[in-house]
Amino acid sequence: MRFLPLILRNSWRNRRRTLLTIASIGVSMCLLGVMIAMYSAFWLSKPQDNQALRLVVRNRVSLAVFLPLAYQQEIEKIPGVRMAMVDTWFGGTYKDAREARNNFPRFSVEPEKLFTLFAEWTIPEDQKQAFIHERTACVIGRDLANTFNFHLGDRIPLEGDIFPGNFEFIVRGIFDAASNSNVMYFNKEYIDQSLPERRRGQVDTFYILIDDPQHSSRIADAVDAQFRNSTSATKTESEQAFVVGFLSMLGDVRMFLVWISAAVMFTILLVSANTMAMSVRERVREVGVLKTLGFTPGTILGLILGEAVAISVAGGTIGYLISTVLLKGVQRSPMGGFLPALRVMDPAVAAVCIALAALIGLLSSLVPALGASGAPIVEALRSTD
Amino acid sequence: MAIPLSYNLRNMVVRRTTTLMTALGIALTVAVLLAVLALVNGLRVTLATSGDPRHVLVMRKGATAELTSLVTRAQFQDLKFKPGIAAASDGQPLASLELITIISLEAEGSGTGDNVTIRGLMPAGIAMRHNVKLIAGRWFRQGVNEAVVGKSLSDRYPAARLGKKLRLGRSDWEIVGVMDAAGGAQASEIWGDANQVAADWNRVLYMSSALVEAPDAATAKALVNSIGDDTRLDLGAELETDYFARQTQSATPIEYTGIFVAIIMAIGSSFAAMNTMYAAVSRRAREIGTLRVLGFSKLSILTSFWLESVLLAGLGGVIGCLLVLPLNGVTTEVGANFSQLAFAFHITPESMVAGVVFAIALGSVGGLFPAAAAARKEILSALREI
Repeated sequence: MRFLPLILRNSWRNRRRTLLTIASIGVSMCLLGVMIAMYSAFWLSKPQDNQALRLVVRNRVSLAVFLPLAYQQEIEKIPGVRMAMVDTWFGGTYKDAREARNNFPRFSVEPEKLFTLFAEWTIPEDQKQAFIHERTACVIGRDLANTFNFHLGDRIPLEGDIFPGNFEFIVRGIFDAASNSNVMYFNKEYIDQSLPERRRGQVDTFYILIDDPQHSSRIADAVDAQFRNSTSATKTESEQAFVVGFLSMLGDVRMFLVWISAAVMFTILLVSANTMAMSVRERVREVGVLKTLGFTPGTILGLILGEAVAISVAGGTIGYLISTVLLKGVQRSPMGGFLPALRVMDPAVAAVCIALAALIGLLSSLVPALGASGAPIVEALRSTD
Repeated sequence: MAIPLSYNLRNMVVRRTTTLMTALGIALTVAVLLAVLALVNGLRVTLATSGDPRHVLVMRKGATAELTSLVTRAQFQDLKFKPGIAAASDGQPLASLELITIISLEAEGSGTGDNVTIRGLMPAGIAMRHNVKLIAGRWFRQGVNEAVVGKSLSDRYPAARLGKKLRLGRSDWEIVGVMDAAGGAQASEIWGDANQVAADWNRVLYMSSALVEAPDAATAKALVNSIGDDTRLDLGAELETDYFARQTQSATPIEYTGIFVAIIMAIGSSFAAMNTMYAAVSRRAREIGTLRVLGFSKLSILTSFWLESVLLAGLGGVIGCLLVLPLNGVTTEVGANFSQLAFAFHITPESMVAGVVFAIALGSVGGLFPAAAAARKEILSALREI
């Protein structure tokens, strides 16, 4: 610790190089930060508050195969289940499917249950009532409203494909959510009404609200046991697992994240190693002087390692801060609706980022630092470069 | 007068550790970009070989995917006899009414299910797909629960190997054959008799789509229009090749993410390249002074150092191409239309050139400032520097 000022002065000696290195590490580290945050949100983090109270039931065969509506009553009888809501992917086309932003997710649901199930979403009470009481009403998320500049009372036409027909919905509510809200919900009755008799009562998923997060695996098992020998067996999982499962249809997302992270980390390692090698090479004579003054090889090793760690931690911190901004962007992007809730400014992610940066700094300077600390005094003093 | 290029090359060799480390940093950036391009390219190649320009895919009006399309048997009876459809050797029109649905299969050691396409089709449907060949076992028989699986599936899913029984809709199916599709998407599907699949899924009246074959590509185009204009039929049609080309969209999120990552990494490595070049400039201050005394102009100093940076980045680009080469041909999957599609990474010479150009662009931006700094040095102070 005594040598901290010396370390900092040393790293500040060639300002341009240090700044460029910090910038380089920072830019790469911000990518790594986003990847780590995504990885942790998908596979490591525990669901938060309300999300932990929600389970999703779907057909065991596939999401593309429906469940009978009659299951709803049976699910609601299972102890610990507070309610089960129909949530069916509508698909369909808004204007022109070739434009990416037109393909926002839309679901047919039960209006009176939606905002109890997603209690963390906020909507003015009168808008909520209008949604419940008007059959052709729909509610949209704030993000969706902003994308298309939709206002209350606007009409949104959709052409159905899974559920054929032309539908027109009136925006009666706009809700706010902390997560991505690029989404539209409408009344399943309106859709059902226009379908032929035999196509009614087909449900994609049931969203279940349970009484206690502790009971989630017991209730999930109970639901699946209930329908094991029925015509359509079910698969019940937490909302988070469901969303990650949906995402994995894009491809092997986990491998994608791991490989890119590895490439980014290795790049940072190279950048940092290069900088440290350059700066140690310039200072061989100086190291000789320090040794003459009585600095032990151990201290010199520490000085150089410390310098590398200081630089890469600075880069890592900046990178992490940029990554939080990027993460917000990812969450608000049209793709964000398909992602699990990402936590911006997660302390665990910050700690991992900065620890990784420190580790990379340490590793990258090991070779030049060992070389410098081991060099004999006379040779070090003789060095001209 | 220009400074000879060998001066730069020798300098790079003398400082080989620094040169290599900087080049490797650039190489990784290029490798990430190329890997993503190879992924998207592989998907494109697979989809391009899946369709036949003589095939017309018929779906419900407005449907964009077979999975969400509905075609009734009655509609198919009318469609079958439209003029322009080629005849099979037995005189019947080459038309197949098909049912497409999905099941979830578990990959080896993954524990999670992937979605796999099941296609129920008529004998004409098999005959029409000229790229699909049986590589093991035999074709399924009509009226029995027998299935033939694509090679990509039987390789990846233990439950889908020859001789196994697979639970599809409500009953068990025996796998009697394995097919390959010469790189086409059909190698990621499971095929069975249309009527059996329909019965198993309890979808007897409504099938998904119909595929018809015209004698040649020009007739196929005309057929697309005549089906689309037929108000009584009330169906939409498009060339099968167009349908598959549209599926390439499913790789768009991966493509954009990859390019975004590569650009950010490029910013990082151009800073690193700048660092290396600044160090080169400051170490060679006396050399620069000497060169100026010998009569080389500021411009030739600038060009020389800039070229060195470009060379360094170009080297990185080439290493990046080499790094990514082993990936060529490796099989991977993406989700397309709610089901998995297996395909191989495909590295093209064009994308390798693009990678090297990307590296050189990165190096020329990163090298500009250090080269300018070199050119600005005063002769006397440069000579005096140690």
